[in-house]
Amino acid sequence: MSAATLPSPLLSARNITKRFGGRIACHNVNFDLWPGEVLGIVGESGSGKTTLLNCLAGRLTPDAGSVIYETASAGTVDIHRLSEARRRLLTRTEWGFVNQDAREGLRMGVSAGANIGERLMAVGARHYGEIRGSAADWLARVEIDADRLDDRPTTFSGGMRQRLQIARNLVSGPRLVFMDEPTGGLDVSVQARILDLLRGLVERLHLSAVLVTHDLGVARLLTHRLMVMQGGAVIEEGLTDQVLDDPQHAYTQMLVASILPV
Amino acid sequence: MPDINMTEGAYNYAYLDEQTKRMIRRAILKAVAVPGYQVPFGGREMPLPYGWGTGGIQVTAAIIGRDDTLKVIDQGADDTTNAVSIRRFFAHVADVATTTRTEEATIIQTRHRVPETPLKDGQILVFQVPIPEPLRMLEPRETETRTLHALSEYGVMQVSLYESIARHGRIAKSYSYPVQVNGRYIMSPSPIPKFDNPKLDRSPALQLYGAGREKRIYAVPPYTPVKSLDFDDHPFEIERWTECCAFCGSTESFLDEMIVDDAGKRLFVCSDTDYCEGRR
Repeated sequence: MSAATLPSPLLSARNITKRFGGRIACHNVNFDLWPGEVLGIVGESGSGKTTLLNCLAGRLTPDAGSVIYETASAGTVDIHRLSEARRRLLTRTEWGFVNQDAREGLRMGVSAGANIGERLMAVGARHYGEIRGSAADWLARVEIDADRLDDRPTTFSGGMRQRLQIARNLVSGPRLVFMDEPTGGLDVSVQARILDLLRGLVERLHLSAVLVTHDLGVARLLTHRLMVMQGGAVIEEGLTDQVLDDPQHAYTQMLVASILPV
Repeated sequence: MPDINMTEGAYNYAYLDEQTKRMIRRAILKAVAVPGYQVPFGGREMPLPYGWGTGGIQVTAAIIGRDDTLKVIDQGADDTTNAVSIRRFFAHVADVATTTRTEEATIIQTRHRVPETPLKDGQILVFQVPIPEPLRMLEPRETETRTLHALSEYGVMQVSLYESIARHGRIAKSYSYPVQVNGRYIMSPSPIPKFDNPKLDRSPALQLYGAGREKRIYAVPPYTPVKSLDFDDHPFEIERWTECCAFCGSTESFLDEMIVDDAGKRLFVCSDTDYCEGRR
């Protein structure tokens, strides 16, 4: 294959550094995310995973470095040099963001249907029947009963809220989804179901994703490639199976060794 | 500009001092220049409580002159406490003629209604606004609502209408029904019934909105398009009554329902007293 026909990366991080006062939250992070790829970021609490994710998703401005994104129609853009209006438009059309706590990503005061329909209405959908139709369709895709369409997320279980949050993000047909511990705080069977759902959706919709997790099992199941962070720096990266089966760095070895056997 | 004729112990013309009036006029000019945009202003303490029309009264004080004729209505009526006291206030401090006739007034300060009699060129309608921010109930952060306005991100407003249809089968909001002004800003028309929303659209009169507690002024210049938000398959509708006014027989005006005896006998009468009296 010649260089011209190679796909370009969907998202490139270049020398991302973020400090909070004197504390370095992430330091000189570089990577490319290719279309259709799921990249995992693992590491212990406080290793800078979430800060990095927020920098990538445009929610935090890094102190140095750039995040280059290949848009669907307008070429490549530097996320942090875009106007706020364009960045916000991008984040609610081409991107999705799944929070660990579904309450942060959902509008708890309005029905499931309104939650899913919000992105559609934000880009100009004005036909109630059609919005409701897509909401019902997405509710089914995330395996929530159709008769819960008009119920508020406050009446949903933790797992259902997380699935609703996923539907709310995917309804606009994003190309890239950021996930911050999407299964954290859920019990194991619910976790398995959500992982199964996510894996299916990522494959069917050809999504790219950046997934932050401290759970190596989740990383093994969902991600193609893995970055291990410690103290704000990436200390090891490679194919997921390779990193988990043959960890090179002492910290990664410790991390893999500390998975509790069942 | 009215001459400043301060005598010992008296108030300045129209109660507010001249500097304050200039500040409010600047806010009004900006509001007229950017229809529907909420302009902050330095609201003053007024001799009536918040919620009784401190915003409207400051706007009126800033624009009133000796040649004006003032009408004040509260829920459509000229004879309620709020209307009477504000009218008397301006008759006293601004030395203006007052009226209850919509056609004769040059300034109409209003709470909760737009007069039934069509307004004319040159008239000014001053609204008393309790909550100027239409997105407030959906987004509590002021910094965020300002950003949403600046970037015209109005999906969340539509979400509230969606929710209303999902729950009630129709858009159940009956007052303070959100409108889009001149295709740009989403505006709260103050708590007028949605029955009055069509009267705001391309009205020949200048509409000024004053919120005293929240210290915001916004405006709709004459002949500006004002569109009530809706869905393609759930278009905007106004209230309808099967009865007519018990006094004047009007079938076109906004009717108040009254219980008239202990047996629960009901009566419907025009909320606009001037309109109703004019027809009898």
